[in-house]
Amino acid sequence: MAETMVKAPAAEVSFIDEVCSIPGGEAIRSCIQCGMCTGSCPTANKWDYSPRRVIAMVRAGLRDELLSSNSMWFCASCYTCTVRCPRDIKPADIMHALEIIAIRSGLSTKRSRTPVMYKCFVDSARGNGRVYELGMMIKLFLRTNPFAALKMAPVGLGLFLHRRLPLKPSRIKGIGELKAVLDKARALGGAK
Amino acid sequence: MKYYSYFPGCSAEAAASPLGLSVPPVAKALDMELVELEDWNCCGSTPYWSVDKLEAACMAARNLALAEKTGLDLVTPCSNCFVILHSTNNHLKELPRFREQVSEALAAANLKYGGGVRVRHLAEVLYTDITPEAIGAKVTKPLKGLKVAPYYGCQLVRPNGFDDPESPHSLDELVASLGADVVSWELKAHCCGSSLVMSEQEVALGLVNKLLRNAEENGAQCLVTPCPLCHINLDVYQSAVNSQFKTRYNLPVLFVTQLIGVALGISADELALSRNVVSPTRVLAPYL
Repeated sequence: MAETMVKAPAAEVSFIDEVCSIPGGEAIRSCIQCGMCTGSCPTANKWDYSPRRVIAMVRAGLRDELLSSNSMWFCASCYTCTVRCPRDIKPADIMHALEIIAIRSGLSTKRSRTPVMYKCFVDSARGNGRVYELGMMIKLFLRTNPFAALKMAPVGLGLFLHRRLPLKPSRIKGIGELKAVLDKARALGGAK
Repeated sequence: MKYYSYFPGCSAEAAASPLGLSVPPVAKALDMELVELEDWNCCGSTPYWSVDKLEAACMAARNLALAEKTGLDLVTPCSNCFVILHSTNNHLKELPRFREQVSEALAAANLKYGGGVRVRHLAEVLYTDITPEAIGAKVTKPLKGLKVAPYYGCQLVRPNGFDDPESPHSLDELVASLGADVVSWELKAHCCGSSLVMSEQEVALGLVNKLLRNAEENGAQCLVTPCPLCHINLDVYQSAVNSQFKTRYNLPVLFVTQLIGVALGISADELALSRNVVSPTRVLAPYL
């Protein structure tokens, strides 16, 4: 099984191989469609396609239909499916793999704010070496719905009043070093 | 004295600062020397994993490379950092091609990781290395009569957990060692919604509502958790749950280090109890 991090899949790479190429996605072919993942998922009622169907769709090659759905973005990474799966296929990791492929392909849905939230989080971690929660939240609201910030005001105020919302980011000393590593990783991420 | 390399994680410095602040005094009282990993960076985190797994693994691997130089186990109090650092370690062991790519990226900063770090959760270290018995022996203010619901959340026990992933017991034993009454409740290892609280707030608050109701119905006076994300959702967002579901919860949520600290006679100030949004002072008053 290929382990390379394929950024832009060549035409001959099947959807299932794309998923298999991401660490954690390797075992998807062992799925027996028992539905344990769906039965165990605390958010499955919100998914366009349930976890079990998501896996069936990967195997059926329904790439764009699945990648543009809201499904995997509701995975809260509780790993209940993963510890219960009788075939050890790691459904939560498969959801992460699908999120990665959806973002790479520009297909991630706008019906969930999770893709944008994740991207804001990554920008923050990349920029300072540590996550700056306030900056990230502001960016998230600006990019999605600035008015939703009003609804968040009591929570933000609660954090601030209890000294849990630092007003400036903490930046690591080795930020240059970290950026060199991440830039190299990005360069290696292309198809080989 | 037991020595560990210590990885606080980003939230312990900010939105979960009661955790970050309560760890050092408790560690000291339990003869643990936690040496903070110098210039640690974000663990990689689930959001990063869901955007670019190679980059995320490189974030984790820089920390692992720095920790390897210390020769100590790497201990984190954050359940998400634990899962990410631990799983990255596994991927690097099991996937040679992926390991090569991560090594090549690390080399850009003259860093090297040989795979020799053991990643551990602070709660597991308290349970396994320090042990509930030894903690119990140091208790000066037994929490007699306090009804505590241990809340494990997910990532302490899944997928890399040291405890039963469906019905864990380690926190129960730690709480019992402090003299408190352990509340038995069904949802102790169910999901709180984690970071979805920022993007899909109603979904996450629905899960938090179920947790708080189940704990309250079983007589809990407070909850105790090791996880910063769980704490934010249950404590900071409790008022949002009350507005959304017309409920009237007033359930303090303590970090496990805060609860242990109270029983060890450490002051409320040192344990940063005033930083908990739902004030725990009423239920803890008899023990402070």
